[in-house]
Amino acid sequence: MGAAGEGFYFHTEGLAVGYQKTPLIRDIGLSLRRGEILTLIGPNGAGKTTILRSIIRQLEPLGGLVFLDGKELGKWPAGELAARLSVVLTERIRAEGMTCQEVVETGRYPYTGRFGKLSGRDHMAVREAMELVHANGLAGEAFGRISDGQRQRVMLARALCQEPELIVLDEPTSYLDIRHKLEFLSLLQKLARERNLSVVLSMHELDLAERISDKVACIRGDKVDRFGPPEEVFTPGYINSLYQISTGSYEERTGTPELPLAKGRPQIFVLSGAGSGIFLYRRLQRQGIPFAAGILWENDQEYPVARALASEIVSERAFCRVREESVRRAKQLMDGCQGVICTLDPGMGSDFYPELAELAEYGRQLQSPLGFNFLAR
Amino acid sequence: MERKNGAAAYLVLAVAAALLLMLNLGIGSVAVPLPKVLSVLAGRETGVFRDIVLGIRFPRALAAAVLGGALALSGYLLQTFFHNPIAGPFILGISSGAKLLVALVFVISMGRMLQPGRGVMIGAAFIGAMASMAFVLLMSRIVESMSMLVVSGVMVGYICSAATDILVAFAEDADIVNLHNWSKGSFSGIGWEDVAVMAVVVLAATLCVFLLSKQIAAYQLGEAYARSLGLNVAGFRMVLVLLSSLLSACVTAFAGPVSFVGIAVPHLIKRLLGTSRPLLLIPACFLGGAAFCLFCDLLARILLAPAELSISTVTAVFGAPVVIFILLGQKRGKI
Repeated sequence: MGAAGEGFYFHTEGLAVGYQKTPLIRDIGLSLRRGEILTLIGPNGAGKTTILRSIIRQLEPLGGLVFLDGKELGKWPAGELAARLSVVLTERIRAEGMTCQEVVETGRYPYTGRFGKLSGRDHMAVREAMELVHANGLAGEAFGRISDGQRQRVMLARALCQEPELIVLDEPTSYLDIRHKLEFLSLLQKLARERNLSVVLSMHELDLAERISDKVACIRGDKVDRFGPPEEVFTPGYINSLYQISTGSYEERTGTPELPLAKGRPQIFVLSGAGSGIFLYRRLQRQGIPFAAGILWENDQEYPVARALASEIVSERAFCRVREESVRRAKQLMDGCQGVICTLDPGMGSDFYPELAELAEYGRQLQSPLGFNFLAR
Repeated sequence: MERKNGAAAYLVLAVAAALLLMLNLGIGSVAVPLPKVLSVLAGRETGVFRDIVLGIRFPRALAAAVLGGALALSGYLLQTFFHNPIAGPFILGISSGAKLLVALVFVISMGRMLQPGRGVMIGAAFIGAMASMAFVLLMSRIVESMSMLVVSGVMVGYICSAATDILVAFAEDADIVNLHNWSKGSFSGIGWEDVAVMAVVVLAATLCVFLLSKQIAAYQLGEAYARSLGLNVAGFRMVLVLLSSLLSACVTAFAGPVSFVGIAVPHLIKRLLGTSRPLLLIPACFLGGAAFCLFCDLLARILLAPAELSISTVTAVFGAPVVIFILLGQKRGKI
């Protein structure tokens, strides 16, 4: 094992993967310690599944090396590998006539004897795994008749009772609703933390990927474009470029996607702050009305949303005084608009920023076609 | 609870098989009452009853049982292989491939005034079964859906049957009658030596299948999961193909093509046992296949007595509806 692999439970060196001898992605260098979670992200068809299939020996790598627990993947005897590495795949399994418990029991294969008869210890592992994913109530149900969320939990239980040290999951959350996505991922997190389980998964939910991962690998073209902790990967503008987003945008810091803004001269000026303008911005976006937003501080909750949706923004740096030139600019924009909407509470009196009060008053006096409106939060 | 159900199901199957065996020994153009059958079996009887029961009916009934078990297992293996409940040796054209080669060897041997040995017949059937199987596997790489695969299997079956019919038509020999009966599927005319040979082959193959229970269980979730459990998938698939071909080849060599047993019996057994565990299903499928064929052969013998129906006619009457039932169940997403 090279010095590069020191301390890592799983790592790859110059791995090339693909089908029929044509490398799709080359020079993949991933590494993961015990108890860490690595997420592969990247556009559809980027080859996330191809990489996963190659690191679990379902697909022959076209070059380079994969190491698991200090030993090259190909050198592990099949049975010993199965006792260290288990998988949850995307393919729909045809578990004809099998109950959930029988599906989970297949995970004990590496540990049972000649006829695959389960010992007391095997039964315990099965029960424990099913309890862990809260699927013990499903034991006797036919696997073909349970919901997607339940099925995914059962498949996780199956993988867990294989008692792996590394678990590889291909888009495990794709068909789950938000509650089950959160439950599923927090379960993985718990297992990583408490049992020192290493996890490699692929995901399309960037917001969740950013939250759960210790490391993120971004697949772009024929290489891993970025590999590192989420804070190094999710830099401003990176996701838009990784996924070549041209319609709408993705905000890395808050993990929020936005639909494309309504382009053109602003027709409405939205005077807001502290998050009060977000729903209004989105409503204007839905109706295709270009708008200006102001005066926002960069630490206002709507600031990133305004960046994505407003055609003009008047803003100040966080915790800074309002500049005179900003007030002038805001008034200018109001003059050009058909109306002004204020989502700020005007009843705050003298505690209120005088510049904002001034702008609200200016908007009220303005003889614009649509006039001035307050919008309660 | 499950274990109790399993034990009850086994008991039902064993009693049914034993009962049907007795009925097969007793019923026929000459009725042998049950006490007489028992005393023949105990060796206390001599004369005509003994000749009928021990000389004709017993080997035939044993053959029906052994070959029925072989067919059911062959079907079970193919269903496992294709992950589909409507796979079977007959419907995929494997039996017909075996039939064609057996007929060919038979006709050529007859032309040279030779009586081909049982081993030769089984070998020929095995080669024919493997050829059909190879074609089906080739097709399975090309066509995506199982229904297309089944249709191509049925077509192979027709082609092989047509070729066999032509061969049979050209064969000019006194044995033509035998060949004709055999090519439609029949347990008649099977003697003790046949039974000994088929029992050795089928029981050896069945033992191998039983030893594969654990691997079959792992393979049930699909190839990718099986591989991740440490199963050598390529090797396992090869063994499955060889064993299922050998089992159906052995049936064809002795009894010609027998339809639908391979699909219907495993399905009924899965229903009866309420499990998918191969360790339980394999012996139960064998027992079930034996009982099913004993039952069908009994009907084949007595319905149009003194004439006989071909065994495939009877198995189709009972087996084909099961297939339709499976298809309906699939449509409703219950399988």
